[in-house]
Amino acid sequence: MPRVVLSGNEAVAVGVKLSRVNVVAAYPITPQTTIVEKIADYVEQGELKARFINVESEHSAMAACIGAAAGGARCFTATSSQGLLYMGEMVYWAGGARLPIVMAVVNRALAPPWSIWCDHNDALSLRDAGWIQMWAESVQEVLDMMVLAYKVAENERVLLPVMVNLDGFLLSHAYEPVEVPTQETVDLFLPEKRPAPYWIDVVDPKSYGTIASPDTYMEFRFKLQAAMDEAARVIEEVDAEWSRMTGRSYGGLLELYKCEDAEVGLVVVGSWAGDAKEAIDRLREKGVRAGVIRLRVTRPFPSRSLASVAESMDAVAVVDRSLSPGLPSVLLSEVRNALYDNGKKPYVKGFIAGLGGRDVTPLDFEAAVESTLKAKEDGGSRVEWLGLKGGRDVC
Amino acid sequence: MSVKSLPKEEYWLPGHAACSGCPASLGLRMLGKALGGRFALVVPAGCTTVIQGTFPRTPSRVPILNIAFAASAAAASGLKAAFEVRNLDVPVVVWAGDGGTVDIGLQALSGAAERGEDILYICYDNEAYQNTGIQRSGATPIGAWTTTTPFGKRERRKEAPLIVAAHRVPYVATASVAYPLDFVEKVKKAASKRGFKYIHLHAPCPTGWRFPPSKTIEVGKAAVETGMWVLYEVENGLLKLTGRSTGLWDPAKRKPLEDYLKLQGRFAHLFKPENRWMLEELKKHVDENWSRIRATLERGGRLF
Ligand SMILES: Cc1ncc(C[n+]2csc(CCOP(=O)(O)OP(=O)(O)O)c2C)c(N)n1
Ligand code: SF4
Ligand SMILES: [Mg+2]
Repeated sequence: MPRVVLSGNEAVAVGVKLSRVNVVAAYPITPQTTIVEKIADYVEQGELKARFINVESEHSAMAACIGAAAGGARCFTATSSQGLLYMGEMVYWAGGARLPIVMAVVNRALAPPWSIWCDHNDALSLRDAGWIQMWAESVQEVLDMMVLAYKVAENERVLLPVMVNLDGFLLSHAYEPVEVPTQETVDLFLPEKRPAPYWIDVVDPKSYGTIASPDTYMEFRFKLQAAMDEAARVIEEVDAEWSRMTGRSYGGLLELYKCEDAEVGLVVVGSWAGDAKEAIDRLREKGVRAGVIRLRVTRPFPSRSLASVAESMDAVAVVDRSLSPGLPSVLLSEVRNALYDNGKKPYVKGFIAGLGGRDVTPLDFEAAVESTLKAKEDGGSRVEWLGLKGGRDVC
Repeated sequence: MSVKSLPKEEYWLPGHAACSGCPASLGLRMLGKALGGRFALVVPAGCTTVIQGTFPRTPSRVPILNIAFAASAAAASGLKAAFEVRNLDVPVVVWAGDGGTVDIGLQALSGAAERGEDILYICYDNEAYQNTGIQRSGATPIGAWTTTTPFGKRERRKEAPLIVAAHRVPYVATASVAYPLDFVEKVKKAASKRGFKYIHLHAPCPTGWRFPPSKTIEVGKAAVETGMWVLYEVENGLLKLTGRSTGLWDPAKRKPLEDYLKLQGRFAHLFKPENRWMLEELKKHVDENWSRIRATLERGGRLF
């Protein structure tokens, strides 16, 4: 397999090309822009046979993807931050309509104040939209995840849109050497789209998205949930298939680092898992048996796998790159929720960190783990802000 | 040609949920006949969402992609792109209300027009947000009562067809459900062209305009005969009056505006002395509109 140096955003574009996407609709926003530029280039050069719809907004980008998917095309869009919020109505529409659209979200903080730097609040705001949410750690994973996303989305047992999240700048603009799968490999893995029940067809005309009375609406939602449950299984199957073909496996819903004998776990999402792993190595040198649990997928939330990994741990630190004011950590709540029903559950402490691109180092992760172990002993606060100026404010 | 000469085949079936005398369902029937039932519809929120009835039934024999209120022109662009990449030669038609067109959907409409998407966009204009209970829209004429303009709208309406024509698209037309043959001809002509086509269909709504359901056609005709509504085409930037509007630039040939206004409850208050100014303003707008049309025609019809 050819090895080339790519940025995260370039890896998205290569993934789109390898997946033979045939309709792209997108609108530029930092730090997503280079994806759109690269794809426009592929289309102009004839390297990707696709219609590129230069829409006038993100709302229209997703609307165009919905039309394209309903018309039987394999389609793609990408956005960040304000763009994702602006698109919000249509993001829900795509999820409810069960259309296998893939969207790259280059995660960026929300205004005000304006910030172009990374955090996860943009994607978090749409966690209930009926989209599978995947999160990459490396440029290689971004590329693989793009192809896997289509495979999962189009699976007849799933039929759900997939959001591939990559951290703004930290991943989107970071260059790494990656193995690019050959077109033959991807073609074998991801065959051309087959006619699906949701395709708009003049020969067999149906009306989609009509009004559902209280008599029928709930079943649509139930099926959406059932598709999510199924997606959890399909993601694991697809990961295994990809591993057989390329030798690269990511562990499906969770990636575990040194968790076998770990007494304390560190739960993270996204590119800073690398720093988290470094922190774990240092903690182990100090004699703390710690491990990283990286959530690769947050919808469907990997509750069962998480509970079974955490079962043997005494404590878990959850470091969240988003904030739900008034909660304040969604990731913490979701992790706790996943563990609650399990007979044996660890002590859990949450951390809010890295908002608006605030730097987080391996030392911070180390401190988070130590603070969790300490809180377990002396019953300290359950949520802490990491790297907050003026000391560690506690709520 | 008469209405009887239109194809007998129906693509919009009885049993739908529209009010009686509904201009939208009438227009949809004509549209199906004009295109022989081989097209896909994109429908944003509005009365047409409701008149389709509830899942799992549909009165439509053409496929419909229902979509969010602001999204129809963009969704249609995507649908058409999919048909193109699949080498399917199927027309994509947007069927949107005036609110979904001149207000919330204007951005997507403008984007699609500017990109030259190969779609036909039809706005059925019942001059208010009827579905949510008769609120004013940017297409509600000055003076008209709606639930959000309880004493009559103070502002003049937007000229959506001219806004679209300013995008220099190949075909823009106005039509009225009261003149089905004119409408059908325009749909056919639009469908024969590549690129972005726009038809603005006047759709007198008995429920919202406060007239008896049996008078939809009568009201629609009165709108045209009094010059309140103008039937025209803009083909490659050239303006041309069509059908019953031909020659009406001569004020002597137009019926008095009152003939149209008095048919409808929504204008009843205009005849009270204190509202005289609104009536005068409305008349002034109609005259201005015709002077502009006349001037354009005298210049050879070139709008853009
Ligand atoms: C984003 C959004 N805002 C508001 C609504 C509520 N809404 C539904 S239909 C409608 C009015 C539709 O008016 P128009 O487009 O003129 O169509 P009509 O009902 O008159 O046929 C409104 C305001 C909505 N569905 N979506
Ligand atoms: S309110 Fe008017 S446009 Fe809407 S369904 Fe009734 S008659 Fe038709
Ligand atoms: Mg309306």
